[in-house]
Amino acid sequence: MGTVSLPEVKTMLALPGDAVRQIQWRFSDRFDIQMLVQSSRSVARGTVARMVAAGERNTHEWTPAKNEMLEAFDRSGITAAFMEPEEGGFIVGPKNLALSLAAFELAWVDGGAATASLASFLALAPIHERGTQEQVTRYKTLAAPPQPGEDRTPWRGAFALTEPIPYVGVDTGMLSGKLRVAEWKDGEEPWLQVDKRGRFITGIAFANFVTAAVMSDDARIKGSCVIIMEEGDEGTFDRGTPTKKLVHQLSSTGDPIFNMKVPASRIIGGYTVKDGVIVPNYNHGEVIEAVFRRTRVPVGLMTAAKLLSAVEPVIRYQRERFRGAEGSRPGSLRYEQGIQQREDALHRLVDVWATGEAATSLGFAAARLFDALDPLEKHKTAVLKEQGIQGGRSEMKALKESEQRALEMLSLKEGDPRRAELEADPLVQYVLMDAEGNVLCPATKLWNTGHGANMMREAVSLMGGYGITEDCPGFLANKWMDAQLEATYEGPEAVQRRQLTVTMTSEVFLAQFRAWTLAMRRIASDRPGTGACTLASAMNLWLWTLNYLQKSTDPAGNKLYHGQRQGVTFALADALCWLLASRCQILDVLELDARGAEDAVAAEGLAGTVQFLSDLCHTQAAQAAGEVSRICGELVFGYNQHPAWDEAEHRNCFLASELEELEETMPGISAMAVDVLAADGSHPQKAGPCAGCAGSSEFLRMQNKLTTCLSGSRLAKDRAADTVSKVMIPEALDYPA
Amino acid sequence: MANVLHIVVCAGIVPDPLQTLEPVTGPNGPGLKNEMVLPAVLDPWAASSLYEAANLAGKNPGSKVWLVSLGPKAKLQQVMMTVAQKVAFELVPIDGPIGGFPDAHSTAAVLADAIAALPGLDRNRLLLFGGWESATRGAGVTLQIVGERLGITDQFQGVDQIDLNEDGSFEVLERIEGGRHQVSACAGTPAVLGWATGNLAEPRNNPQVGMANMRTIMPALQKAKPTTLAANGLRYVSVSLPKQQRTTRVVKDMTPDQIAAELAEWIGAE
Repeated sequence: MGTVSLPEVKTMLALPGDAVRQIQWRFSDRFDIQMLVQSSRSVARGTVARMVAAGERNTHEWTPAKNEMLEAFDRSGITAAFMEPEEGGFIVGPKNLALSLAAFELAWVDGGAATASLASFLALAPIHERGTQEQVTRYKTLAAPPQPGEDRTPWRGAFALTEPIPYVGVDTGMLSGKLRVAEWKDGEEPWLQVDKRGRFITGIAFANFVTAAVMSDDARIKGSCVIIMEEGDEGTFDRGTPTKKLVHQLSSTGDPIFNMKVPASRIIGGYTVKDGVIVPNYNHGEVIEAVFRRTRVPVGLMTAAKLLSAVEPVIRYQRERFRGAEGSRPGSLRYEQGIQQREDALHRLVDVWATGEAATSLGFAAARLFDALDPLEKHKTAVLKEQGIQGGRSEMKALKESEQRALEMLSLKEGDPRRAELEADPLVQYVLMDAEGNVLCPATKLWNTGHGANMMREAVSLMGGYGITEDCPGFLANKWMDAQLEATYEGPEAVQRRQLTVTMTSEVFLAQFRAWTLAMRRIASDRPGTGACTLASAMNLWLWTLNYLQKSTDPAGNKLYHGQRQGVTFALADALCWLLASRCQILDVLELDARGAEDAVAAEGLAGTVQFLSDLCHTQAAQAAGEVSRICGELVFGYNQHPAWDEAEHRNCFLASELEELEETMPGISAMAVDVLAADGSHPQKAGPCAGCAGSSEFLRMQNKLTTCLSGSRLAKDRAADTVSKVMIPEALDYPA
Repeated sequence: MANVLHIVVCAGIVPDPLQTLEPVTGPNGPGLKNEMVLPAVLDPWAASSLYEAANLAGKNPGSKVWLVSLGPKAKLQQVMMTVAQKVAFELVPIDGPIGGFPDAHSTAAVLADAIAALPGLDRNRLLLFGGWESATRGAGVTLQIVGERLGITDQFQGVDQIDLNEDGSFEVLERIEGGRHQVSACAGTPAVLGWATGNLAEPRNNPQVGMANMRTIMPALQKAKPTTLAANGLRYVSVSLPKQQRTTRVVKDMTPDQIAAELAEWIGAE
């Protein structure tokens, strides 16, 4: 092979590498996180991939080989990523982004491995979020990997919330796990009896401690709480039978039974005794709310990782599909391009890729948001505590004023001194971020996993029959199945939709949403190729539809936007997720465009990379716009009774004879009239006169505008497809299959 | 006092071997297509020498390891996110061009100057380590020239093992033809050792080590000065990949003897 001249390149040169991703996902200045990414990748594409290739997923039981994976997590720093430096960790400050990236890297190869890494964090999270200092120190220190010179095995935990039928899958406010006073001597700490049965509890096969949600079954204990049990405590610590999962087999899942006696100091967050009653400082709802709003984000990112991980194996398969066949000689189109000669194969891969980009951007935006929110939340709690305000409802009431200030801030123009003053207020910052986080977290969990699972099916289909075999490079069939579990655990899709229906109507969130819409228009003005304008139009349509539905009723007079009317609220929540993901995707590409030149590696071929990723944004924005248009159209018109060919509706129709007369004064009117009745009363063959509804013209105007805003989106898809057919990929996948 | 060693490891960065490596001619001569955007790793031969250096330093308290590397500093930074977690060292980055085609004399001169300028380096205690070969495009002479420029005449290549004696002398195992090793005795430092694979496994990532290393690596990278390498009249007529054909079979039920027999038969047929 001789040398060839390299032509000037304006397309993306190779698959986006670390330098590009670090800028997009905002950790280019965090070498602690970059190292964690490399460590996680090394475990994922080494230990984990070898296990999957060797068939370790074929067992439900916890095996020595699976245990080695946990040891690999310990050695590589993944376990320590959750800890503070003084507890044996190495990352200072909030760790939502760090843990999300670790889960992302592991899920790139296997979702079960990612879940196994997260399970202990999930058990520790209630302690981390709401535990007393003593609890935090004890359990996080025990769970930290051994330091040099130490000879011990780190403790691992399991979080037990879900219970057997009939409680499984119901509102987590209902618990069958019970807590009673076992012994309470004067002047001494009470001892408590815990009875709890768990179902689908992750990490139970190897857990040394469990954090379990329980309800009081004793008049001397108020409400509910989350309590810690250790395997050495008095009583029964039965790990139960392993769940026969078809997915995520590298994580342990089982149905344990606990019947244990523990000191009251194990109540997470502590307790106070009032009038002879033990009052937990946090009920179980308050604890799990703090936990899940953070731990659900990495789950969404796990599915996103699967989508992006599918790109390289699919490209390789498509290109090499016909090699080795008769008539497919090196240099021929069939040999060099394989299936990528066909537009459909390229377009479908572009769709998978664009979804992966959007899902990843949404998830990491949520993770970063929680990193920023954590210190503000602590500040908020401290400020309110100084004012004697503690606990859920009283805090919400106290924050009303801050919400008003936040709304005022959003109503002011940039540069207004009052705006700057309000922006600097930590409580204003808190309510803004809290409102956003309350939406981004369920949106990530819902859309990334639900829609992600659908798109994983698409990715599998792009590998043909190979896709559903064990030999498929990249374990795509496993990933498709795994995505379904990710859509279910830590709160299934209905729970996420339910949460969104409440949080997305928050005044503070909607005010931010309006501001984002305006920002998208500005972006579109500067960067017309990103799909930002399409997205802004779709955002406007969604907002208009929400307002309309909140004020409208169905023909029976029942409210359309109502908690029980999930046909309306859930659909609107789904539509919102598309918009949020697309917005985050665009913002990440803008970040790369703005800062890519600062990094010599990212700067190489930056224009081509930005162009391709922008084309993916445009493609995704068009998809989002289509979904939003469809959903909003159905909701606005779908609850109206269709007009019938009855007496009352006939009044809105022209009679054929009337039209004839009118034609003399208004030539051409006959061509405009659609609902015309003949003299014998017969009518056109359709359900009834064409329907309309109050405000429909405004809706149709916006929908029409949205449709025209799709201009250019397919051209962007064509460009992206062309890049997919040319981009350089490695010679082989960097993990065994 | 124990043998306090000052070990300087010269190690370049190369594209990840799994990447598609396609020679191209650019305005500055030959290179690899899209090399700057390809994921890079520490040259595996030199990486072996780094792990051996850290192991040796660990056995001889008071010793120190420097890693001298020439390459674009942004690329070096990416590679350090993994390498820095392996073993303790101090990075001496030289911000230079990527690629394995620059003149070996120019490269060696830059490396030797950087080593000579290392603060605190005792050249009487110096062991200069590096890779015997490069995974990509080694000229095969760079390390030797660096040694010559530093005035080190005791040089060993293809090293798989070093055994240090209490008096500071050491024995070296060098690879020679026929799959055998040659044992050499050396009176002591300074010496140049171009490593083959050594005997150590790649250390696992340890973020605690990484965080400690990063305290010096990041400032060093920020301060790294750009360097240009003179061509010295070097001109490439053509560049090509070695001819190879990769045929992969997945076989799960063969014994090692059967595999060896098949390989021998295949080699004989070539």
